[in-house]
Amino acid sequence: MKESALSEEQSTRDLDPQDSGGSHSQFKKGDIVNERYEIQEIVGVGGMGAAYRARDKNFKAIRLVVIKEMISQVTDSLVRKNIFQIFEREANILATLRHPAIPRIYDYFIIRDRAYLVLEFIHGKNLEQVLNENKTFFPEEQIISWGIELCDVLDYLHSHKPEPIIFRDVKPSNIMASSQGHIALVDFGIAKVFESGQKNTMVGTQGYSPPDQYRGEATPQVDIYALGATLHHLITLRDPQLEAPFTFGERPMLEINSNISPELAAVVERALEYKPEDRYQSTSEMKDALINVARKTGTLLNLSASGSAAISTRGLDVKPLWVFECEDELRGSPVYHNGQLYVGCYDNNLYAIDAANGDFQWKYASDGGIPGRPAVFENNIYFGSEDNRMHVVSTRSGKVVWTYYTDGPVRSSPRIAEGHAFIGSDDGYLHAVSTASGRASWKAEAGSPVRATAFVTGEYVYFGSEAGDFTCVDFRGDARWRFKAKRAITSSPVVTDEAVYFGSMDGTIYALDANSGWVVWRFRLGKGTISTPFVANNLLYTGAADHLIYCIDVRSAKEMWRFTSGHQVTGSPVVVGDAVYCGSVDGSLYCLDAQSGRLRWKFDTGGPITGTPVIHDEMIFIGSTDNNLYALLAT
Amino acid sequence: MFDFLKRLFGRNRSIPQRGDAVTAELNQEQQWEITGQRTGQALQKFWVGTGLDVGRRRENNEDALLALQATLGVESGGQPLGIFVVSDGMGGHRSGEVASENAVRALGNYLIHKVYEPLLGPNPHPAEESLREIMEAGILHAHNAVKRSAPGGGCTLTAALMVGSQMVIGHLGDSRAYAVEKDGRITVLTKDHTLVNRLQEMGQLTAEEAAIHPQKSVLYRALGQGDAITADIATSTLPASGALLLCSDGLWGFVPEEDIEQIINAAATPELACQHLVEAANQAGGPDNIAVVLVRLSK
Repeated sequence: MKESALSEEQSTRDLDPQDSGGSHSQFKKGDIVNERYEIQEIVGVGGMGAAYRARDKNFKAIRLVVIKEMISQVTDSLVRKNIFQIFEREANILATLRHPAIPRIYDYFIIRDRAYLVLEFIHGKNLEQVLNENKTFFPEEQIISWGIELCDVLDYLHSHKPEPIIFRDVKPSNIMASSQGHIALVDFGIAKVFESGQKNTMVGTQGYSPPDQYRGEATPQVDIYALGATLHHLITLRDPQLEAPFTFGERPMLEINSNISPELAAVVERALEYKPEDRYQSTSEMKDALINVARKTGTLLNLSASGSAAISTRGLDVKPLWVFECEDELRGSPVYHNGQLYVGCYDNNLYAIDAANGDFQWKYASDGGIPGRPAVFENNIYFGSEDNRMHVVSTRSGKVVWTYYTDGPVRSSPRIAEGHAFIGSDDGYLHAVSTASGRASWKAEAGSPVRATAFVTGEYVYFGSEAGDFTCVDFRGDARWRFKAKRAITSSPVVTDEAVYFGSMDGTIYALDANSGWVVWRFRLGKGTISTPFVANNLLYTGAADHLIYCIDVRSAKEMWRFTSGHQVTGSPVVVGDAVYCGSVDGSLYCLDAQSGRLRWKFDTGGPITGTPVIHDEMIFIGSTDNNLYALLAT
Repeated sequence: MFDFLKRLFGRNRSIPQRGDAVTAELNQEQQWEITGQRTGQALQKFWVGTGLDVGRRRENNEDALLALQATLGVESGGQPLGIFVVSDGMGGHRSGEVASENAVRALGNYLIHKVYEPLLGPNPHPAEESLREIMEAGILHAHNAVKRSAPGGGCTLTAALMVGSQMVIGHLGDSRAYAVEKDGRITVLTKDHTLVNRLQEMGQLTAEEAAIHPQKSVLYRALGQGDAITADIATSTLPASGALLLCSDGLWGFVPEEDIEQIINAAATPELACQHLVEAANQAGGPDNIAVVLVRLSK
């Protein structure tokens, strides 16, 4: 085609060593770039330079990136410096964008006369390739689904503050379709910085660009027109680049493709209006129009039923909203309070992090690793440390308020109720410590280390021990009943509806009557567990060392489903709405359908996940032994 | 303290009752609740009524039931216990009534032995097995008893075991367990193991067709039939209030659920409720034997 032939020509010219100031030409497979990226292959050669697929060596897990190379044509060093400054500024703006349909920018760097942008690698084909391979018309729901997703991402860009971002080059070759049927916008205008000064370059692509863009206007209506042109191409399979500009009216969609509805054709026609003011005034307006078409024609049902479109927008390309790096492994779990996250780390520190953006607030050093989950009570954070103490630290200042000594490392998490912090220690006791005085009101003997977190109800306190004893004590610390499992109870109990549930290293989930300790049922797992069960809607979710995440009906004690992860599941599942979130030692955080156990998406970290996610306001926070705390968007 | 309240409680119970007096019934409900709150004890109380009737068309009674409740109130933590069973026999030559009788005896015996004996011994301790496992084993025990005593015969079995604040329901056949709430809701807790019901589940029959189907009491699962049996077993927390009803199809097959609910919630005592339920089934023609066990719950 015309466009690709042109690119070919340009690229040979661009990559001519003489033109590029005598520096290196292209990277080869196996080259390590910027001491970090291992080149795997050249995935494209464009007007500005090459694009490579590379592996980020900073991560133990395989993380693939795309490195885009941009070669400056300018020989004058001052002008070139200026261009690189603009490039840096643009890269910084793009780096702040967070949308499932926009590849993340991880990094950028400059080597001599070339600038490199490191982007998320998106597995799939661009729509131009899809169009070339596709000989028959696309189903209407597929076109609508792509259209809705494109409106979505353009709306995100147009709403960008302080300045709206106009993409200015919407066309099939800039749209990636993932194998899950979702789209991503690639090739942001950043490259255009390098084109300035070249002759005969216009931002945009003939055939897709509206008349107003030729007048130099950059408004949302420019993108809406190009989106209309793209949809027209997808509907008619006729490339507007091969036709005279602004002649869509001469190729009526319904005449070429009678499979589509007149409603859809009407939406595309309006987007292609000659005058910008006659088009949709915003992409969200156009998106609503597309949804209305789907609703009216019944394709909406197909959209959700087919599963491929519109749902699980994140598919397999889940991106963290932010990442916070600690100095050692995060084995415990974060807690959310008042816009802050508190998480203990094996670098002995408790970190306070802004939940919105991952900004560091303060850290407090204990003298041992912090394995559990902190608790917050009246502006103080309570947590145990392997330095034998429970520390109480002010949320505001990060300064210690008081500490409480036990005779062994504290690996359990505190539970705060009735004016006391209940915390287990490896000294073999559960300690009830007054939050007012910092002194123990009583200690309940367990006979072996207490690493599980106690559960406190209105009347009783429940906890397990490493020797397999499970104890229910009253508020004076007197034992009311005991139960013995065959091996350690490190899993923390959950009490709901007068029944107490916990797992044991003996490979059993126990359901006991909370008042008497009678066993109501037992459920056999493939291996032992230290995962704390989560009970919601009469379903119990737990992980186990046999790599599985189980869902058990608490009334019938029957397995509803199981999900196999790549390694032990030591953290605990968390259910929010209809989704289960659970980390695995295989390094992934899984999002499963709570009813069916089907995988919705997973997110890979660089090390085993042993903690439990915390979910607040549609954000998921999870620590990993790759030292990072991740913030993801819940779906 | 507890004994004192129990005496107080006993007096409340002996307030003269008029079967048709709605106000009296409300009064007592209030008394129960107040009494329960004042004790501050979490001990569940069961108020039990039973009804067993041959009906108007049959000559022998193939239905059987067992209702047993006990309360152990001791400082070290007593447990309320309830064992409630309804069974409906089938098969000719009296084998139906032999089957249901032996099923009820065998299950009752097993549950008392497994669940309550350990608590009354010198070293009180909970059972080794889980309540669910005990119910499973008890039903197997009853199954074997039926096969021995009534070869070729069989029976349904719907049993509730209540210990502490937990309840286990074991079920085979087409007798039913219902949860009846004070606010008028009535929910069936069991699934009929009848061919008609199965056909209905598979969308082969409508509810209307099922109700008048000639083979509506043909069971695909029953005690005493076949070598291996699989009972439905469900555990749940005991509701804090409301009632549990166990009954044979002699009741639910002929008295609509709304009527059952209204009779239960209007009656002053569970005994009266059961009496009225039996009368309602007989008024509907009484074509089958009727067995009902009603357990009112309050804390």
